[in-house]
Amino acid sequence: MSERNAGWSVCPIPISRYPRVVMAHGGGGRIMARLISDMFRAAFDNAELNQGHDGAVLDVGAHAVTGGRIAMTTDSYVVHPLRFPGSTIGAMAINGTANDLAMCCAEPRWLTTGFILEEGLAMETLWEMVCSMADAARIAGVHIVTGDTKVVEHGRGDGMYINTAGVGLVRPGADSRPQRVTPGDAVILSGDVGRHGMAVMTVREGLEFEAEITSDCAPVWPTVRAMIDAGIDIHCLRDATRGGLASAVVEIAETSGTSIHLTESAIEVQPQVAAACELLGFDPIYVANEGRFVAFVPAAQADAAVSAMADTLPGARPAVIGRVEACDPGMVALRSVIGGERIVDMLSGEQLPRIC
Amino acid sequence: MRFVDEFRDPQAADALVKAIRRTVTRPWTLMEVCGGQTHSIVRFGIDQLLPGSLTLVHGPGCPVCVTPIEQIDRAIALARRSDVVLCSYGDMLRVPGSGTDMLAERAAGADVRIVYSPMDALAIAQKTPDKQVVFFAVGFETTAPPNAMAVFQARAMGVPNFSVLVSHVLVPPAIGAVLDDPDCLVNGFLAAGHVCTIMGCGEYEPIARERGVPIVVTGFEPVDILAGILRCVGMLESGEIGVANQYARMVRHEGNPSAQRLCAQVFETVDRKWRGLGSIPQSGWDLRDEYADYDAARRFGLLAMTADEPAECLSGLVLQGRLKPSDCPMFGTVCTPERPLGATMVSSEGACAAYFRYRRRTGVSE
Repeated sequence: MSERNAGWSVCPIPISRYPRVVMAHGGGGRIMARLISDMFRAAFDNAELNQGHDGAVLDVGAHAVTGGRIAMTTDSYVVHPLRFPGSTIGAMAINGTANDLAMCCAEPRWLTTGFILEEGLAMETLWEMVCSMADAARIAGVHIVTGDTKVVEHGRGDGMYINTAGVGLVRPGADSRPQRVTPGDAVILSGDVGRHGMAVMTVREGLEFEAEITSDCAPVWPTVRAMIDAGIDIHCLRDATRGGLASAVVEIAETSGTSIHLTESAIEVQPQVAAACELLGFDPIYVANEGRFVAFVPAAQADAAVSAMADTLPGARPAVIGRVEACDPGMVALRSVIGGERIVDMLSGEQLPRIC
Repeated sequence: MRFVDEFRDPQAADALVKAIRRTVTRPWTLMEVCGGQTHSIVRFGIDQLLPGSLTLVHGPGCPVCVTPIEQIDRAIALARRSDVVLCSYGDMLRVPGSGTDMLAERAAGADVRIVYSPMDALAIAQKTPDKQVVFFAVGFETTAPPNAMAVFQARAMGVPNFSVLVSHVLVPPAIGAVLDDPDCLVNGFLAAGHVCTIMGCGEYEPIARERGVPIVVTGFEPVDILAGILRCVGMLESGEIGVANQYARMVRHEGNPSAQRLCAQVFETVDRKWRGLGSIPQSGWDLRDEYADYDAARRFGLLAMTADEPAECLSGLVLQGRLKPSDCPMFGTVCTPERPLGATMVSSEGACAAYFRYRRRTGVSE
């Protein structure tokens, strides 16, 4: 926070003239140019962006480590509220896209950003989000190299939406597509689940709990890199974002044509998250995460993988939560804490708070 | 998490399972009344751990499931009015009315809001004086006190733009209706713990005595449910009839007298139609005449609205424990959470939803 405030105090944005976003900030004229140069370029400052070109020219060849393959992805961020315990829409827009690249065993390098701003958004809020993007990009080691700004009329947006697209450099030899998941693989979860979704939910719905729930939003590339560097033959990676752990695992089972057996007692859920989920009738394995992923690795390498992951995740406890089998292709089963078994499937829609 | 972890403890569960196996010498059928218990049983696989001669059947205690279809239609009619904000608990929104559901209405522009308490709806009414704010007040005795409190407060504070669409139902008459069925195979009941926190255990004693069944007040966690089952089969094996409280950490014998007084002040007992079960005499609560001004059905002239349930939906048999969801010919084919025939397929306490979510495919024994 102090860092952000420091940036704020020196930033020359024309806040005195425009305390709020006006239509002209997306109008293509001087006012928009000032916003881009004084706010976005000032905050994101990097060589590619500073080319001042229509697009960014990226020197992929300078990174000999690639083996010639890049990974690409895009995601849009519409979370409301814009800030919530542990993170913001800005940090999510960086980490979410960078993490999708990491799931391809690609080192995230370059991101684009598209802003859709609502007329009337406080300039101070926009600046806070831009600073949190800049902070997250610095931590994740990515450059925001080009972007776009549009403004919609008041009432036609939710403050701001952000789209980011990203390019990453795939590690030589790496192949983490779901088709590589094989019976006998161990399923590893990188830490506790359910925090991001419940952090947003508690703020959005004005729910208060004794212990604050904070989002797990964070870059995961350092963890993936540690696994690769440790020589783990990563068969597949999938981040457990929307739809939570359960949906991620079901997707993998269906795409790979295997069956995945999970052990409920191995899946860590923080007590305050478990309590909030109990209260609302939510199942934490369906709640969104922004910094957790599942890895499928050969069973013989499971311990080495867990240990490599743990070294990069202070405070988190990555763990083997299940195994891949050949029977019943596409099915995910979960052994409950008391020893009964049930299937795990995707939900038909979002979880809704129950009546009692 | 305290009060949860110790009731999901594998060793405690295992000890209870072994005790149940030692106790049971004959075939018994137990009904868990509450949909929350049904979901716990299916989610944790409790039934898979029980001896084969012990059958659990699922009861009518899902408030969303038994809310009559015309009441959903009334809520939708209200939601469609441009002058109305309709507030509801979340899991009512997917329940199909005659033509549509409230999520679809919200997508079409209706102001439908999820709230966690009727007091939230009352606060919205105070903040939005130019709109009529209606709370969809469904549920068993558990949710009745907050609804009564909201109406009581609205009258005391004079909030003219607040009203409730009431569809309260009561557990004891539903147990009576299940037992009245000549085909009823149920030997004993696990009563709904949360309902009893409000109403106490006393009103189940005449049912147990007159119908000759044991009724065990039971909680919702696996160890609670297994302890309730053990107590109930113990009573059956020894021929004991009566009411036992296996959820004493929450339920006092007399219940919550101040909540009961509030409910009695605001509500009166009436005949009530149940979705899937038809009309059951003296089985619901409605607003007393002195609170009629806060009755949305009267305020908006909706009392004449009626609707028939789709004939192909067999949820009535499911709610009486006479049909296992997965044995229904519509289950998972014609009827799915995306295209439900009845509320039992979409409610978070519905038995069909539990089977669809946790048991649908092969490989997990039923």
